[in-house]
Amino acid sequence: MAKEAAVIIRDLRKQFGSIQAVDGVSLEVPGGQIFGLLGPNGAGKTTTLRCLCTLERPDSGSLSVCGVNVLADPRAARQCIGYVAQEVALDKILTGRELLQLQADIYHLPSSLARTRIDDALELLGLSERAGDRIKTYSGGMMKRLDLAAGLLHDPQVLILDEPTVGLDIQSRLNVWAFLRELTKRGITVLLTSHYLEEIDMLATRVAIIDRGRVIAEGTPEDLKKQVGGERVTLRIREFSPVEEAKQAADTLRVLPFVKEVIINEAQGNALYLVVAAPDPLETVPAMRAALKQVGLPIFGVAQSRPSLDDVFLAATGQTLQDADMAASSAPSKKKKK
Amino acid sequence: MTSTTDKPTLSAQFQPSASNTGAEFLQETAALAKRLYIQLARRPSFFLGGIIQPLMFLVLFGALFAQAPKDTFGVGDAYTEFLAAGVIIFTAFGGALTAGLPLIFDREFGFLNRLLVAPLVSRSSIVLASSLFIVSTALAQTAAISVVSLLLGAHFAGGLTGVFVVGLVVSLLVFGFSALSIGLAFALPGHIEMLAAIFVLNLPLVFSSTALAPLRFMPTWLQVVACLNPLTYAIEPIRFLFIHKDWSFASTVLQAPWSSISLLTCLIVLVAFDILAIALVSTILKQKLA
Repeated sequence: MAKEAAVIIRDLRKQFGSIQAVDGVSLEVPGGQIFGLLGPNGAGKTTTLRCLCTLERPDSGSLSVCGVNVLADPRAARQCIGYVAQEVALDKILTGRELLQLQADIYHLPSSLARTRIDDALELLGLSERAGDRIKTYSGGMMKRLDLAAGLLHDPQVLILDEPTVGLDIQSRLNVWAFLRELTKRGITVLLTSHYLEEIDMLATRVAIIDRGRVIAEGTPEDLKKQVGGERVTLRIREFSPVEEAKQAADTLRVLPFVKEVIINEAQGNALYLVVAAPDPLETVPAMRAALKQVGLPIFGVAQSRPSLDDVFLAATGQTLQDADMAASSAPSKKKKK
Repeated sequence: MTSTTDKPTLSAQFQPSASNTGAEFLQETAALAKRLYIQLARRPSFFLGGIIQPLMFLVLFGALFAQAPKDTFGVGDAYTEFLAAGVIIFTAFGGALTAGLPLIFDREFGFLNRLLVAPLVSRSSIVLASSLFIVSTALAQTAAISVVSLLLGAHFAGGLTGVFVVGLVVSLLVFGFSALSIGLAFALPGHIEMLAAIFVLNLPLVFSSTALAPLRFMPTWLQVVACLNPLTYAIEPIRFLFIHKDWSFASTVLQAPWSSISLLTCLIVLVAFDILAIALVSTILKQKLA
């Protein structure tokens, strides 16, 4: 790559108590692109970002943003980074404009420049009309947009977003996506985390998949999916199948020669998820139907799909992102709250 | 540290001259303080409560001890005259102890992260903004208490210079304790622990000072404790100024078990207390923040 990477992370490690939150993450984020960190809850995405933003001091490893050594010169690093945390961090008693003015002052913008930047940012994110209202009267989407506006106010070269669309309605999410794409056209590098597959897939030029504090795959979404290969068929016995029935069906299908793998997806009403070795996977459906009929099971629906990023995750970790998320949320809380 | 990569604009941008740094520090401190004043204007109940409470103390305690034999408290006419200094410092101190509360909520709601990821010249601007804000509200409360105590029959003998000295004493004490409170807000896990700490510190420090009773009422061990308590060094000068017309910085305002202590010494003790508080808070900030 001719251009120097906007963000370089080398062998980053961070431990909280007995939990190794980040366990040797290395990444290079090329400038002017959207780079996605994908992984289940508790995978170490947020801790990685917090180390980059100087909120957390890593145990070891090196970090650089726009050529600035983050650990050696944190203040210069802070100047090049715009950070928008997962939870909106707004003082709701202020008006939108007052919050942005505060933001301008803690980034030391001269007052004339601050005024134009604030007006521009409000305009850009569609908040001009409500700028004089207290933030507590804003909707969730407006608060997120204000948070984004604040993160962009000092014109950072790298924008770091932690789960930028969590809790947003579809329309707001689409707006944020369009806005982020627009930013990259201005040369801004966007590093974001998400545990929404489609968000990373749609948005990111490159993606790193993180699990248990390690990078388990990295590349463009297309390359990653191509590497996994195979065709996918999702088969439902009923709209919501009892688990015994799903198991019986899985056992029946597993013996078919073209079926490479069967996974029961609990999160989707025990639908059967099959990896099949066939040029046209739909041609295998009659054989499956016949096999199921022999054990007295019907088919409610069949869908075919290409490999997704979830399959990349599945191939690397043996579980789906959703399952990993569920496991993380049922495990004792291991996130350190600041 | 200068970056050696092909980013000359960057290094130029981050090597601000000394004057620039000073201006930037002022800008961030003023902005952080301004936020606190906006909060005060839109949510004044805590501040107003902080004025109403001491006024009630003044009236109730004043009435309670109105029948005490004259000269019991070493003042001529009214217990109010004795009490005013205690209530002023009690109030100012109580306010200073809560200085860290907004910060701990900022921590819990994530707002503090917004400040910590910003290229502040120094994070001490966060401490300074809160401390100056609390000092200014404490001075407003002091003024209100003084006016009401005058209406209740107390006299302030110390003159205009005396008024300034009272203001200085209150500011020094409040500055130190609000810095300590902000230090606690960084050190403690959450607002519940913070509230507990405030409860534990507030009244015991008041009762072990000369706020409510003169030193000579106390057993020797309590006298020693009171003379180690920074509150006493703020209360006694103010009390002296309320009563004495002919005061000077050399006047003995406090008879500690080991020596007499002058007004000037009290001021020096308070300044030393502030320096100690700032040193402690900077250590906590360095330890707690990445």
